[in-house]
Amino acid sequence: MKVNYYPGCTLKSKAKNLEDAAIASMKKLGIEMEEVERWNCCGAVHSLADDDLIHQVASVRNLVRVKEQGGDKVLTLCSMCYNSLARANLLMRDDKEKRGTINSFMDEEIDYFGEIEVVHLLNFLENEIGWDKIREKVKVPLKDLKIAPYYGCTLQRPKEVGIEPVGSFNLMINFIEALGASVVKFPASAYCCGSYQVLGDGDAAGDAAATILNMAKTAGANVLAVSCPLCEFNLGKKQKTLLSEQKILEKIPTFYFTQLLAIALGLKPEVCRFELNEKSVVEFLKSKNYLSS
Amino acid sequence: MSETDTNQSKLKIPKMATGDRAILPVGASTIPVYIMGKKYEVPETLTIMKAMEFVGFKFIRGAGCRGGICGACPTVYRRAGDYKLYFGLACQTVVEPDMYLAQIPFYPANRASFDIDTIDPVAESVYALYPELFRCVACNLCTKACPMDVDVLGYISAMKQGNIAKAAEISFDCIQCGLCASRCMGEIPQYHIGQLARRLYGRYIQPNAEHLKKRVEEIDSGKYDKLLDELVKMSKEDLEKHYIEREREPDLAPSGTWMPQDTQYL
Repeated sequence: MKVNYYPGCTLKSKAKNLEDAAIASMKKLGIEMEEVERWNCCGAVHSLADDDLIHQVASVRNLVRVKEQGGDKVLTLCSMCYNSLARANLLMRDDKEKRGTINSFMDEEIDYFGEIEVVHLLNFLENEIGWDKIREKVKVPLKDLKIAPYYGCTLQRPKEVGIEPVGSFNLMINFIEALGASVVKFPASAYCCGSYQVLGDGDAAGDAAATILNMAKTAGANVLAVSCPLCEFNLGKKQKTLLSEQKILEKIPTFYFTQLLAIALGLKPEVCRFELNEKSVVEFLKSKNYLSS
Repeated sequence: MSETDTNQSKLKIPKMATGDRAILPVGASTIPVYIMGKKYEVPETLTIMKAMEFVGFKFIRGAGCRGGICGACPTVYRRAGDYKLYFGLACQTVVEPDMYLAQIPFYPANRASFDIDTIDPVAESVYALYPELFRCVACNLCTKACPMDVDVLGYISAMKQGNIAKAAEISFDCIQCGLCASRCMGEIPQYHIGQLARRLYGRYIQPNAEHLKKRVEEIDSGKYDKLLDELVKMSKEDLEKHYIEREREPDLAPSGTWMPQDTQYL
């Protein structure tokens, strides 16, 4: 009986003893091991190795830029950027071997050891400014807004880089209260918005977004606060489509938390660039007298 | 001791540099270089391009301005015992002992067509023509390969950020040699994207020079026709005299401080 046989590189050199003994034994047992023609290296266990370091390079390079400028901290607003930078930073700080690989690949840059602290604005507001101070600075308390805090996936996962522990939404809750608005707790704060599925499976992404919007509405919210541009796209800009598909029954104005902060601080509406939000938000703000017509 | 060295000591001919001459003077020393894997002895002071011509290569493609600006002679080389790749222009880079080199005069890269008169000068136009832009993982191999020291990753990043003006400015020194694209794991044609950014910038974004517009109007109105006619009618001798006696701004005059006596044509 013949059997196709793949030897592998080492068996042809250092482990010839493994191969020859096997071939001889199998022959004795009546089996002919027939070597595969034109075989190549198996890939040396890349399938199990976590060798995706090239995808860390972009984030690490940005942290190197901060270090070059003499900084010790970098502030981010976008959930995804925060997540990518924070995870790359942890890797560079804690994984000596991968750090060495990345530093030597990026030999045109100074070495990086994870010295920079990656901070999301919500953490910064709490730790560096403080909710009391923000409360003091609020000129226009958002008392007519019932805001549902929405974190999505990347602000809290994986837990090593979470802006706060999974299941707790105190940062956004404290933030909303400091602006004088009321908090509407709802169960979908950490649900996925549909993410990049919107590109390949719009229907599934729509369902995911609609679930969140409907839960916020049912809980009594009239505003959704988000931190991530992709969440804003799926939950905000796509509302017209969701409405036409009857996945939601009415729109719920969706804002970046920074826009809510700017309104409450009494800043000019131009800085909020509402033209980039879903269209109905302007009418909504006018109806609540947060925007002069 | 080589024959040349022996002669040198006997005849007391000083060791001399060859400069950029392709005919080797007596006493010039040579070094070994490997051109596409074959070993040649070349004068140590030549550029790669002249060294290649010295050993018999004839450039039909892969040589242009010979002045480091046309981008026709990008060259990749290694140094003995060093795993790293180095990049340079053959017309600008001086040979080194045991250099291993090959010229890459052309690199196939996707170049999208567009109509400069109808294209919308926004980032989305660039994204539509070059969606592969978003395959960049910021590995920076493009920048490392650039013989003009352009921050290629910098302008690709600027373009991803939608900043056409910044991409145009950072890519300004690009000579379109294509070495960036040859190293890109995302198969991005960086240099074509940079060129598109500069064309959009030049056509739509960069402010027009008002004084130039005014001067063109003056020329069109015939203000200088009479002067030009006079010059055309002059004899060669008069023209030379006129040229030599012309009023001329001193070479080192600080900007804006000099005015000619005759201001009728300003």
